[in-house]
Amino acid sequence: MGHTVIEKIFMNHSSDEVKPGHVIWLDIDTRSARDFGGPNVVKRLESVYGEDVQLADPSRTFFTFDCVVPANNIPYANNQQLCRVFARNKGIKVYDVDSGIGSHVAVEKGLCWPGSIYVGTDSHLNILGAVGCFGQGMGDADIAFAFKTGRTWFEVPETIKVEFMGEAYQYPVTAKDLTLWTLRHLGSRGALGCAIEFTGDMIDSLSMHERITLSSMVTEMGGIIGFIQPSEEILAHFRKVTGNENVSMPLADHDAEYKRVEQIDISDLKPQIACPPKPDNVMDVKEAVGGQGDAVFIGSCTNGRVEDFHAAARIFSRYPVHEGVMVKAVPATKGVFGQLLADGTISTLYNAGVIISNPGCGGCASGQIGMTGKGEVQISTSNRNFRGKQGDGDTYLASPVVAAVCAVTGRITDPVAFLEEEERR
Amino acid sequence: MKFSGKIWVLTTPEGRLVDDIDTDMIFHNRYLAETDIGKMGQYALDNLEGWEDFANRTRPGDILIAGKNFGAGSSRQQAVDCFRSLKISLLIAESFGAIYKRNAINSAFPILEAPGIGGAGFQTGDVVDVDSETGAIRSERNVLFQGLSFSKVQVDILSADGLFQYAREMEK
Ligand code: SF4
Repeated sequence: MGHTVIEKIFMNHSSDEVKPGHVIWLDIDTRSARDFGGPNVVKRLESVYGEDVQLADPSRTFFTFDCVVPANNIPYANNQQLCRVFARNKGIKVYDVDSGIGSHVAVEKGLCWPGSIYVGTDSHLNILGAVGCFGQGMGDADIAFAFKTGRTWFEVPETIKVEFMGEAYQYPVTAKDLTLWTLRHLGSRGALGCAIEFTGDMIDSLSMHERITLSSMVTEMGGIIGFIQPSEEILAHFRKVTGNENVSMPLADHDAEYKRVEQIDISDLKPQIACPPKPDNVMDVKEAVGGQGDAVFIGSCTNGRVEDFHAAARIFSRYPVHEGVMVKAVPATKGVFGQLLADGTISTLYNAGVIISNPGCGGCASGQIGMTGKGEVQISTSNRNFRGKQGDGDTYLASPVVAAVCAVTGRITDPVAFLEEEERR
Repeated sequence: MKFSGKIWVLTTPEGRLVDDIDTDMIFHNRYLAETDIGKMGQYALDNLEGWEDFANRTRPGDILIAGKNFGAGSSRQQAVDCFRSLKISLLIAESFGAIYKRNAINSAFPILEAPGIGGAGFQTGDVVDVDSETGAIRSERNVLFQGLSFSKVQVDILSADGLFQYAREMEK
């Protein structure tokens, strides 16, 4: 019997028998800790092994600060400094408070690559499935163990194959709509405990940022990780940034065994929105129109790439932010910010009335930009709308285009109808 | 490994196993400041309807049987440690939340999966014998159910008495 993608990656990193349900030991390529969880990793290592603890491989170990950057309270400042001092003593590289979201830094700098294994203290690290890497978030004990030994154990999951049917979508429909549509189809427990392989002709044509958006919400589908077979463009990126000409991705065998195959028809895909308080409470934006919007957030590991801000800027270049609406933009990384500065997008956003922050998780995690108050309605491009995650208000999840259209109209608005009407004027 | 003890079957008043017991029902977030494992036991399950006084009724060595997705939700280690604090000897469930399972195994707390055990007929107060090598669960009234055996990793970490102790042994 053949093997699925995750089984193939595990076989390359383990000497145990790889079979769904088996718990096996894995050799890890890269481990990291962020400013949330990182200090506990350090404290645990020092309490168990003492201050002169030896790590398995400092050159494959990283800190990535992205939660509260730069620290705006003393406990976070102390915690970040604790990690910095530890890193200095052990020869570990720190991607400090100016760098951006750790998982995105990993993709840009080549800390991960197709076919590799990456673990860290960020529960959305499975986003790396977008580039064919087995990424996984874990608790501080697990990550301390990974720092120390370079290994971790994992139960081999079954795999669900999701096949997209139909033509590729077109603006103003985007990858976020595809993602919410998939969540609507599978539900919050649809992939419980399983890996997903996303397939279908239109998937091959997706570029990196679109893949990242799709894989970023597998957590909300209950899944372990969602893999997408890297395109030539993505392989070329990783060959360049890792300096390894041989980077390649194991393919699923044609006779691999899947738990089930789901076919999802996207031929008539419309802009989607997830209404509070659950990410899978998804409907066509059309069905949710009318409600007032007080705040808009564009960013997060789900929609913080250059192309996401370009999509929003198409709206903001023609219409200003509606009176009284607070619009917050947070690029995923320093690299993204730099590109948006160079190509004028930052000016476009600024001139339309958008608040722009330094890169990181701000706006999604309880960082520096944008908590909502009770009764405040926010349209957000992030991945979770549970009460409390982005403040006490009500959070709707949508694409950067939907978010931008809501920002300029001050209400929940269907971009298709909005653009049609504007055309007619 | 062999376990023997009196069982508590986490059921609803109608007698069905409760599914999706999350970490807030097991160890509510209002107690998260508690870091002394010796004091965690008193709070175990006190936010689960009908089981508020569990900590007072259970005795060291008891075994717990729960439904599907036990320990869903947050990654708090206290949701495992409160049972260690009470000296529960074994936790059996139809299935566990993924992070809960990791936390339990890493801290050398014995857990066993038994999909379908809800229909087997075990009742609170029964005394059962469990063999973790075969997964067999048998009560003194001769109710028999076949659960899953412990995995190799679980046995490794259990016999080393925790993940970090296991790391030390790996280095030897
Ligand atoms: S943007 Fe939000 S979901 Fe993504 S890594 Fe940061 S805190 Fe987590």
